[in-house]
Amino acid sequence: MYEGPRFLTAGDRAVVVEYGDTIEEATSLRVRMVAAALSVRHDPGIVEIVPTYRSLMVHYDPLRLSRAHVEAIVLDAEQHLADVTLPRPRVIDIPTVYGGSYGPDLDDVAAWAGIPADEVIALHCGREYLVYMMGFMAGFPYLGGLSPRIAMPRLPSPRTKVPTGSVGIAQEQTGIYPTETPGGWRLIGWTPVRIFDATKDPPVLFEAGDYIRFVPTTGDQAQAIASQAEAGAWTPTVGHRE
Amino acid sequence: MRTIEILDGGFFTTVQDLGRVQYQRFGVAVSGAMDGFALRAANRLVGNADTAAGLEVTLLGPEVQFAQSGLLAVTGADLNPCVDGCPIQMWHTIAVRAGSMLSFSGQRDGMRAYLAVDGGIDVPVVLGSRSTSTRTGLGGFEGRPLRAGDTLPVGEQAPGRRAARRAMRPSAIPSYGHDHRVRVVFGPQDDAFSDEGRSTFLTAEYTMTMQSDRIGCRFDGPRIAHRTSADIVSDGTTLGIVQVSGDGMPIVLMADRGTTGGYTKIATVISADVWRLAQAAPGDRVRFDAVDLDEACSRLREQEAVLDGLVMPEPNRPSTPDEDVYDEDAGSGLAAEGFGDLADALDETGRGRNQ
Repeated sequence: MYEGPRFLTAGDRAVVVEYGDTIEEATSLRVRMVAAALSVRHDPGIVEIVPTYRSLMVHYDPLRLSRAHVEAIVLDAEQHLADVTLPRPRVIDIPTVYGGSYGPDLDDVAAWAGIPADEVIALHCGREYLVYMMGFMAGFPYLGGLSPRIAMPRLPSPRTKVPTGSVGIAQEQTGIYPTETPGGWRLIGWTPVRIFDATKDPPVLFEAGDYIRFVPTTGDQAQAIASQAEAGAWTPTVGHRE
Repeated sequence: MRTIEILDGGFFTTVQDLGRVQYQRFGVAVSGAMDGFALRAANRLVGNADTAAGLEVTLLGPEVQFAQSGLLAVTGADLNPCVDGCPIQMWHTIAVRAGSMLSFSGQRDGMRAYLAVDGGIDVPVVLGSRSTSTRTGLGGFEGRPLRAGDTLPVGEQAPGRRAARRAMRPSAIPSYGHDHRVRVVFGPQDDAFSDEGRSTFLTAEYTMTMQSDRIGCRFDGPRIAHRTSADIVSDGTTLGIVQVSGDGMPIVLMADRGTTGGYTKIATVISADVWRLAQAAPGDRVRFDAVDLDEACSRLREQEAVLDGLVMPEPNRPSTPDEDVYDEDAGSGLAAEGFGDLADALDETGRGRNQ
């Protein structure tokens, strides 16, 4: 993490405020703190604040604010980080069916890792993953902290259709596909949980700063959850980290 | 309820407004009009707020029937718009009768035309916007391009709004052509490129490829050399940002771009020039010129001044040929009440002039 922010020009209506050039929890925390500090200020002319792994993009209206003003606002917000309390990180359980038609690449990952499929599942579901950011497509979480032992690279050629709810891995990342899309991650499971719903506001089940835990379940249980979710009668188990 | 009916969807026609802001942190793409200048001008010509939704018409136009009388304006690409078979002037307020049909008889200049109707296209607001994101099937009309048989709701014109025939001053109407000069400011990752790479980007001519779409404009041309890796830890994107991946070719990210990206971005197209790329077609030639932020903001203010010239006139205000906009009905003092009558009256006086 850098000592202070670097301001990088991204055209005449956005600026990147960069805190580091690697993926680290401390950098991510700093980014979320500054984003929170800026959000509560409601400065006129600040249009949108988008936190990512190690920087935030501040979108502004150049007809109302100069670039120098935007930098001054960010630096001022930085002086007040002590006043910022981020919400206590939640841990959201994601019931997941591993392998078979739900996770067609599970056996390939096991072969690549040289371990049985059960062990891949145990390694994948045995930890809490930080949601560093969302991007790529609506509701797609970038989760850090995958075991290096199962960090298999992407498919050489992406699938043209990855079903909604697929759980995949790509090197040291794991993630959930919020809607059907082409995609190149190795699919090891599937969750019936709808993690993106445009009819809700916010449209996501979790956001940057939360943690996700994959909980193994059977196909029958997952289908039951899917039906309940369809009827609006299912809510995920949510815990908190200390 | 006021409606328009789509008799033919055209090649790729979508409902768009100025985009979906405030949800990028959830990965929701902004979308919105590719040529925001043209959509805003069309909205102002019919007395709408800038944020009203219109139709973005790509290359081959749709056929649109109006269930009631009202006002429309077509801006952006010249796809030869006609009402009931008669060519209409673009960048003008046009009054239509109930049952009138708007069609487009062929592309002459540019890629994307915009249709605004008074009251705006009133599809449901999804996450703060009516824009269509076809990639995620979100917003617009059922999240997809329009096709024959679709009936779109049209909003009521705000009471008390004044409407009159307006037009963009001819000298302010853009012409697009096939050679585009697009101004950029360097950053955010220009330091990832060698001096030679930066120089190539500014001096070479790039040809837009067939793979260009609402997500991004892709180019063929001389390779832009990196000093470091082309891959970075993913960070944010913005409209017009120029991403250069390992193959050294620039991709300008446009309306449907992903909210984050993991490739180096050498520069960003200035806001006042994004429309040039929105109107460029595959095969067109593009050159990039670097300017500083002050220049970018000055150009943006100039563009805003052109749009501000399109506000509704004061009654009896004399018009002069030097104004950005001239008011063909100066002095008529038309009010929004009795809109149908107004439209019919304008139709009588205006139609002949448009033929």
